[in-house]
Amino acid sequence: MKEIKIKTKDLILYYGAKMALNSISLDIPEKEVTAFIGPSGCGKSTFLRTLNRMNDLIPNVKITGEVLVDGLNIYDKQIDVVNLRKKVGMVFQKSNPFTKSIFENVAYGPKINGINNRKKLEEIVETSLKKAFIWEEVKDRLHDSAMGLSGGQQQRMCIARALAVEPEIILMDEPASALDPISTAKIEELIFELKKHYTIVIVTHNMQQAARVSDLTAFFYLGELIEFGKTRKIFTTPDKKQTEEYITGRFG
Amino acid sequence: MSRKKAITGGLFVGLTAFSAFLIIAVIIILLVVIIIGGKDTFSWEFLTAFPEDGMMKGGIFPAIYGTALLVVIMSVAAVPFGTITAIYLTEYAHEKSILAQTIRFAVRTLATVPSIIFGLFGLGFFIKFVGSGMDDVFLGGQLKWGQPNILWASLTMALLTLPVVIVSVEEAIRTVPREMREASLALGATKWETIRRIVIPGSRSGIMTGTILAVSRGAGEVAPILFTGAAYYLATLPTSLSDQFMNLGYHIYIMATQSANVDQTLPIQFATTMVLLMLTFILNLTAVIIRSRLRRKAK
Repeated sequence: MKEIKIKTKDLILYYGAKMALNSISLDIPEKEVTAFIGPSGCGKSTFLRTLNRMNDLIPNVKITGEVLVDGLNIYDKQIDVVNLRKKVGMVFQKSNPFTKSIFENVAYGPKINGINNRKKLEEIVETSLKKAFIWEEVKDRLHDSAMGLSGGQQQRMCIARALAVEPEIILMDEPASALDPISTAKIEELIFELKKHYTIVIVTHNMQQAARVSDLTAFFYLGELIEFGKTRKIFTTPDKKQTEEYITGRFG
Repeated sequence: MSRKKAITGGLFVGLTAFSAFLIIAVIIILLVVIIIGGKDTFSWEFLTAFPEDGMMKGGIFPAIYGTALLVVIMSVAAVPFGTITAIYLTEYAHEKSILAQTIRFAVRTLATVPSIIFGLFGLGFFIKFVGSGMDDVFLGGQLKWGQPNILWASLTMALLTLPVVIVSVEEAIRTVPREMREASLALGATKWETIRRIVIPGSRSGIMTGTILAVSRGAGEVAPILFTGAAYYLATLPTSLSDQFMNLGYHIYIMATQSANVDQTLPIQFATTMVLLMLTFILNLTAVIIRSRLRRKAK
């Protein structure tokens, strides 16, 4: 078994008076792909966003319990949330390029971190775009607006942008849900490649996708973690009846 | 019965059409009268020359120059201040907090205060309080800042146009999508870095619209500068912030009410009005174009 990268203990999250996550305890191993599945509103995206504290931005959210990244509780008062987010990158459901050039998009993170040397930035941009399998498509138009890219290209550029700050963990919130099958296949191929170096947590609606790309799968329902285990087992011989019913398409 | 209803209905349609037509007619009549009255006087020379013969002849260059200077100084004060306020309201203040609601209430109130009140406030606050205070403290009571000048007039005008800037910038800031802010924060940017690198650049056109609308408002208002800096006639252009200045709107008022021979200066009045109208029309049109582009982008 690989080392545990992220560990949550009794994580409870309230939106105002409504409990959105009920006591989630989960171990996510290093350099593997962990998928969160479940019907809409089950809390899987909310849970993902607790892992880099993106829920901090939403008013009236109350969180108890612990999230340990490399053994440190990220909700501890001494934790610098900015450093945390450099370590835990995120790719969003809807590709969200800045209205800047492709180069400036990818260089955004490094620049924030104080890298201003042009040569160094060019290097980072090139490696990041190569890692995200999009370099060949954009190398001749790095200084064109990122808004001119196709949806799939934008999403891969956003992955490159996340890689440019050299995170250790990448959270993906339904990264392919708005893409066509060919772009989706490219993203999945990319995830497969990235897990050699990064710990990946992916939320997906698409069960085939979870089965294809992930090593471990967690099934959420109504804010509870119903079942968590090896993807192969979850999809073939789940322990819980609810998991089986969801996976075979009987509800959700 | 139904016949009666049809007649009432028809009358109402006629009434609405008439009202709409009336508005268009008023604008057309206004423009036609002004253009006919001013077209013979309006020339390149009129725009670039000083008034002559006790302002019975010559051009209106000092009034154009003074108006331009007024709106520039006004913008330098109102745009950064208004932008920062808008950023505070949208990014930092909690929507429901008492402070934010108080600020919003103040902004709305400021926008409805009659402009002459701003003039009186400028006289009382900037000239009598700040200006005289500066004279007492720095110049041993010698009169320099405690009298009307272009600085106090510009600052008074800035107060009047502040709500315009705040509202435009706020609207623009709200069009910057949440996804883009989240992307920035997820890359390890702080809130301030996100505002500086994503939110403000994304609101540039809104800041510009606000500026143009403020300038167009400031160029046309007379009441706020009546007591705070506008001059009847000056032989030289203002060269210091403590100088008085001539102004297009004020010039029209002077020519129409204080001139030695009002009938004789009528063509100058028309031509000056034409210049002022053209100026504000062009500015407003530019603002409308930028704003409509911005709104399309927001959708």
